[in-house]
Parts: sequence; structure tokens; C-alpha cells
Amino acid sequence: MAAAEGSGAGGTLFPGLADVSISQDIPVEGEITVPVGSHSPDEDFSTLDEPVKDTIMRDLKAVGKKFVHVMYPRKSSTLLRDWDLWGPLVLCVSLALMLQGGSADSKDDGGPQFAEVFVIIWFGAVVITLNSKLLGGTISFFQSLCVLGYCVMPLTVAMLVCRLVLLAGAGTVSFIIRLIVVGAMFAWSTLASTAFLADSQPPNRKALVVYPIFLFYFVISWMILTFTPQ
Amino acid sequence: MAAPGAAGGGRSGAPAAEWGGFEDNMQGGGSAVIDMENMDDTSGSSFEDMGEMHQRMKEEEEEEEAEGEAGAGEEEDGEFLGMKGLRGQLGRQVADQMWQVGKRQASRAFSLYANIDILRPYFDVEPVQVRARLLESMIPVKMINFPQKIAGELYGPLMLVFTLVAILLHGMKTSDTIIREGTLMGTAIGTCFGYWLGVSSFMYFLAYLCNAQITMVQMLSLLGYGLFGHCITLFVTYNIHFHSLFYIFWLVVGGLSTLRMVAVLVSRTVGHTQRLILCGTLAALHMLFLLYLHFAYHKVVEGILDTLEGPNVPPFQRVARDIPVVSNTVLNTTAKAIALTL
Repeated sequence: MAAAEGSGAGGTLFPGLADVSISQDIPVEGEITVPVGSHSPDEDFSTLDEPVKDTIMRDLKAVGKKFVHVMYPRKSSTLLRDWDLWGPLVLCVSLALMLQGGSADSKDDGGPQFAEVFVIIWFGAVVITLNSKLLGGTISFFQSLCVLGYCVMPLTVAMLVCRLVLLAGAGTVSFIIRLIVVGAMFAWSTLASTAFLADSQPPNRKALVVYPIFLFYFVISWMILTFTPQ
Repeated sequence: MAAPGAAGGGRSGAPAAEWGGFEDNMQGGGSAVIDMENMDDTSGSSFEDMGEMHQRMKEEEEEEEAEGEAGAGEEEDGEFLGMKGLRGQLGRQVADQMWQVGKRQASRAFSLYANIDILRPYFDVEPVQVRARLLESMIPVKMINFPQKIAGELYGPLMLVFTLVAILLHGMKTSDTIIREGTLMGTAIGTCFGYWLGVSSFMYFLAYLCNAQITMVQMLSLLGYGLFGHCITLFVTYNIHFHSLFYIFWLVVGGLSTLRMVAVLVSRTVGHTQRLILCGTLAALHMLFLLYLHFAYHKVVEGILDTLEGPNVPPFQRVARDIPVVSNTVLNTTAKAIALTL
């Protein structure tokens, strides 16, 4: 009777214990501590279950959105907030592949090798990031790497154009075309990265941060411009 | 029946609050457990309790996630885990604990040594200051009896070294320098940074021997700003290839920046011999470096090559020998004079 009353009243008195049933042959077990912070990312558990295509498409869309941001550099915080290094990796590898040293003689080193371009880009980006952090910037390390990497995109496009122009011939006219194209893309890269990075600096030190970026893209543009395939 | 029910209904709010309060306590209790876990207390029993708590929390998360499916299966698994033996659980606890301790130690060491804030004061400059210092580096000071102030700043010198690297690359490319071992970029970076860091260290060592009042950062800064003259000279002469122009620039621009560095060093040194040693070394190294940069990476005048070799020029090691006519005759007359005196 008491038990029946207890279970009847359990529905209203102790709502949390409504489904607890104690039987005689199973020893009492259970957890009396409430794990703190166990409702951490439900999304983690749900992204484990989604099909691979969804995951890939989501990442691809994020990367694509960032490319669009670089093409039309408006001041937006998307590039900064959700940084990723996929885009810079793809751009760096494709640029390094295209810049692969054009040397007919296997003994000399006519142009930059793959490893050289790769190291220059990443080392240069790291130096610029350290510099902007030391100058009192509020941007984080990987955010800055992300922005600098994505802003290499105009120069990759310039490299493609240069290669196509060089297919047609390597005269003065082609040099002038290449010079104009590379110059324009260099200016675009520098402006795009400045638009994102300079805002994180104290206002009177923007020039100090812009100069290394200028130098960095200048070196890359110089490598593109002086590339001669053999 | 009804009265206890109604009373129960009336009281349902309070016990619920009680239970809610109890839950809060439990959460507080739960966080207290976690605090203990973060402490360095590794006495035996609490260690096992912590580990077990940790383990149970993880298991409960897994249970929560998979609660939709096969609840009976889960229960069986849970029981099986309990029956698998304390050995499995203990092993996990130990591994977990080791990981936590190791991670804590590593992060402490990292935050201590890899802190870039050590360098932060040396980058605390304004653009006007940098510009002023760049211009000052070409103006020799007059007062050498009073120790001149050197700003211990690293931004300007670092940027100047990188600019020099860029200019060198340009020069090497236009002169079709062929590097056998190594790459263009590696050579340029190695040359410039090697000069800046190596000569600064060497001069700091000499200054220590000669009792000059200068610190390492100040030496780095002084030499770095002295590279401004080199940058200007090389930038101009890699594009306009006249040897006489280069010599003029070498003497004037290189000379001015060397004079400034020398004057600052002299003002901080006592004693004639010491001053002579320091300044002579610095002047020689600085001027010779500029000469080296020009001649080692300079564009070969095509006329000389063509007359010497013809169109089929085999690849050179380094295009270096570019002896202009003036110094050639000087050499010849000197050799003749020496031969005559002997």
C-alpha cells in the first residue's frame, strides 16, 4: 500500500525519480554526481553521424566564401573569425608547382624549387605575423596566417596568366603584359591583406605593419615575374 | 488519500525546489571533485577516486549519446566493463593522470620560454621614429667626447635586413648568377642575416675586449641601421650599371653610414688603442661588405665576355670577375713600382 501510494505520488512529488525502479536482485548502482560540462558540443556528436559528403561540402563552402572575400576585400570579420588553413595550403602548393624551377641543365639552379617557394611563403607569413603581434596587434597567430595565405590568391592567378602568356612567346610585349598583370595583382594582394590586418593594429602603427606585407608580396611577385620556363 | 494527495500536490513545488537545490549542490560537489583533480595531490586513494570519477564521467557521456539505441546492450556493456576488472580501469586512470601532468608541465615550460613578449619592448616604435632614425643613420655625429644614445630597437634593423635581401635577389636575378649549391633565396637570406648577426656578435665581442659601453641589442640596432646606406647604394647601382657611379656611392653613402657608426662607437670607448681597433674593424667590415655585395652579384658587362669567349658561354660558377679598366691599370702600375723597387 505504501509502495503503491509512493509510486502514485512519485509522479507529482518527485518528478525526477519517476522512472527509477529498485528491484531486489540487482544491486543499487548509479551515479550521484552530475558531470559538469557534459553538454558540451552536441554538434560534435551529430557531425560524426552525418555523411562524409556533408562535411566536405561544408568545408569547401567555407573555403569558397573566403576566396570571394579576398576577391572583393570588404571589411568583414568572417575571414578572421573562422580561420582555416586549407585555402592557403592549396594556393601555396599550386603556386610552388607552377613556379617549379625551369632549368634545362640539371646541374644549375635556374629557378626556385618547390621547397624554396613553400618555405618562403610560410616563413614569410610567420615573420609578418610575429611582427604584427610584437607591434601590439590584437589578431591571433593563425588568423593572421589564414589572411596572408588567402591573399596570395591574386598572385596565383597572375602566375597562371603569366604561364599562358609565356606559352605564346617570350618577347618584350609579353614581358610588359606580365609586368602589368603581376603589378596589378600585387597591389590587389597587398590591399586585400591590409584591409583585414591593419584594423587589428593601433591606428598610428599601420605603416609599420603594412611594410613587411608589402615586402612579402613583392618578393613573391618578383619570383613570378622573373619566371622563365625552359 | 485525497488529503495527502492534495498536500503532496501543494508541496510538490517545495520538494522540487529542494531537489533543484540538491542538484545545485551536486553540481557544486561535482566541480569540487574536478578541482581536486586539478590539484597536484596524488595521494593514493584520492588518485583512484579521481581517476574513477573521470572514467565514469566519460562513460556516462558515451551512454548519454547512445541512449536512443539498444539500452539493454548499453547496460550489458556497462556491466561488462565493471566486470572486466579493475586492471583496465586503473591502467586508464594512470595513463590519464600521466597525460594531465605532462600536459601541464609542457604548457608551463612553453609559456616560460617561448614567450614572444620578451621581444616586445624592442618593437615599441612609431613610424616617425623609424623614419627619423633612418635619416639619422646617414649623419655622422660631431660630439664624440660624450656617449651618444643608441636606441635599442629591432624593428628598423629587421626590416632593413629583409629589404636588403629583396634587393640582393633582384640583383642576383638580373645578373644571371648561377648558384651551384643552394638556392638564390637561401643565399640572399644567409648572406644578409649572416652579416647582420655575425658581424654584430663579433663587434660586441671586440667591444667587450676594448671596454666599450654597448649592449648586444644596441650593437644589433646600430649595425642594422647602418645597412640603410647599403640598401640605397645597391638599389641604385643594380639598376644603373656604371662603375664610377658605384664607386662614388660606395665612398659617399657607405662612408657616411660608416662614419656615423664609428663616431657613435668612439663616443662610447675610452683609450686610443681601443678606439682604433674597434673603429678600424667596423669600418673595414662595413665597407668591404658593400664591395662584396656589388661585385659578387653584379651584372656582367657583356662586352668583356663577348670579346673573351664568344657566344657559347659555358655556365659560370659565380659571375664575379668584373675588373674595370681603372683598377686594372692601378694594379699594373703598382706591380711595376714594386718590381722596380725590389
